Amino acid sequence: MSGLVVTRLNVSHGAIHALHGISFSVEPGQLAAVIGSNGAGKTTLLRTLSGLKDASSGTAQWDGREILGVKPEDLVRRGISHVSEGKSVIPELTVKENLVLGGIWRGNKADTADAIDEVVELFPRLGERMTQSADTLSGGERQMLAIGRALVSRPKLLLLDEPSLGLAPLVIEQIFQTIDSLRHKLGLTVVLVEQNAMSALQIADIGVIINLGEVVATGKASDLINDPALRAAYLGY
Amino acid sequence: MQSIIETLLIGLSNGAVYALISLALVLVWRSTRVVNFAQAGQAMIATYVGFEIASRSQVFWLAVLFAIVAGALIGAGVDYFFMRVLFKHATEGPAAVVAPVIATLGLLGVIRAVVGLIWSSEYRLIEPPVSRNGYTIGETTIPFSPLNTLIIVTVCIVLIVISIIFRRTNLGLALRASAYAPEIAQLAGVRTAQTRTIGWAIAGGIGGIAGMLVSSENYLSPYSLDLLLVFGFIAAVIGGLESMVGAVVGALLLGVLLSLVLNVFGTSATFTSAFLILILVLLFKPDGIVASRKGRRA
Repeated sequence: MSGLVVTRLNVSHGAIHALHGISFSVEPGQLAAVIGSNGAGKTTLLRTLSGLKDASSGTAQWDGREILGVKPEDLVRRGISHVSEGKSVIPELTVKENLVLGGIWRGNKADTADAIDEVVELFPRLGERMTQSADTLSGGERQMLAIGRALVSRPKLLLLDEPSLGLAPLVIEQIFQTIDSLRHKLGLTVVLVEQNAMSALQIADIGVIINLGEVVATGKASDLINDPALRAAYLGY
Repeated sequence: MQSIIETLLIGLSNGAVYALISLALVLVWRSTRVVNFAQAGQAMIATYVGFEIASRSQVFWLAVLFAIVAGALIGAGVDYFFMRVLFKHATEGPAAVVAPVIATLGLLGVIRAVVGLIWSSEYRLIEPPVSRNGYTIGETTIPFSPLNTLIIVTVCIVLIVISIIFRRTNLGLALRASAYAPEIAQLAGVRTAQTRTIGWAIAGGIGGIAGMLVSSENYLSPYSLDLLLVFGFIAAVIGGLESMVGAVVGALLLGVLLSLVLNVFGTSATFTSAFLILILVLLFKPDGIVASRKGRRA
């Protein structure tokens, strides 16, 4: 099977063991929601998959090839885009510059312009703010810009770290809807890390629940939502 | 006493050269978080290369071109062979902050010694394409010369080219993004390590131009660019160390202020007042005169 296959992944922060033998797989075109409370290791997992952090052991393959130990900028070239935690935009740059940034590596200005047009179609509000500095955007707009920048790189695997963080409920709903329609439209494989379990599982195909650095449950998202034991213990609703 | 206008013009000409070094220091600081004291040494080698070309070919601009290329190669080399290795070993704690700065000071010493061995400490002078003698207006000759005009014009062209690179090209965008947020730049696919080396190369090339301009006005020796480094650094601090616009504004301001001081109090006061200005800025405007709210613009 191609897609994303993570096997017995171990990661440590110095002496602290952050992830213990994490295994899960995501088929091409699927959306996997990685659910867990603060400090469960969700962000560490994504940072390891995008090459920002080194693993101590285990493997992770995307499209049949190993991705651990590869630099983030090279993974972008293999179709992996990571929208890191906390609205990953560069406030000192304009909205347009943030978007262009995602396309520089391809060296194709015309295609970058097309990709930006597509992003603006998706998020019309960004189109109205192209020449403003990203500093002036609201939290929701920043998240749109961060996702937009990742899309300009024309990814096949999108890693999203808590897109709902710090946003108002209405905006959260809008962002989740966009992610859902986006991945169907573009055939994206998505790993969505969230504390907001319900919203994430509702748009996900599969769920991976982690706690204290270990996978405690995986399965179809719809099954996880309805599992009373999991609901009580980890999903918090 | 020269007239106020002459003093201003001389100040602008000096400030223009400080602006180049100041800009080079800011470029490196933004991308690498290192105040690169070796900048003076790098510029010195580049200038000696320019001197060799100038004395053989008698073509000033060909010499400047060689100085730019030499400066760029040296700058890239210092980052690639020196800084990258250093950062690999000193990654955490006080050592990571102090080691690179001390290393650049050490490198400056080494470069000076090597330059002294190759070219000796003899004074050299690069012949500029225009006269060093001041313009004559009616009966009087003013200190401002065609060479000063040339310096100001050259620096303006350099600044325009640099701002086009930074504002209008993808390379410039990558350079800015890598300086502001290296991690996000990486995630966007920018090869940040390479980009940083290119930044060092640009800074080195600018340093080469500065060295050539100064050394066609004053003598070149293994120590002659030290003062330029000091003034360039003070100008960068006046500008807030983060801002390229600030670096240029700070340098022009410093040039004019020092020119006024020189005119009123004489040579002995300039060095002292430069440091006085530095202390005042650090005390009252530690973020620099043009720093924005976040301290990182343009």
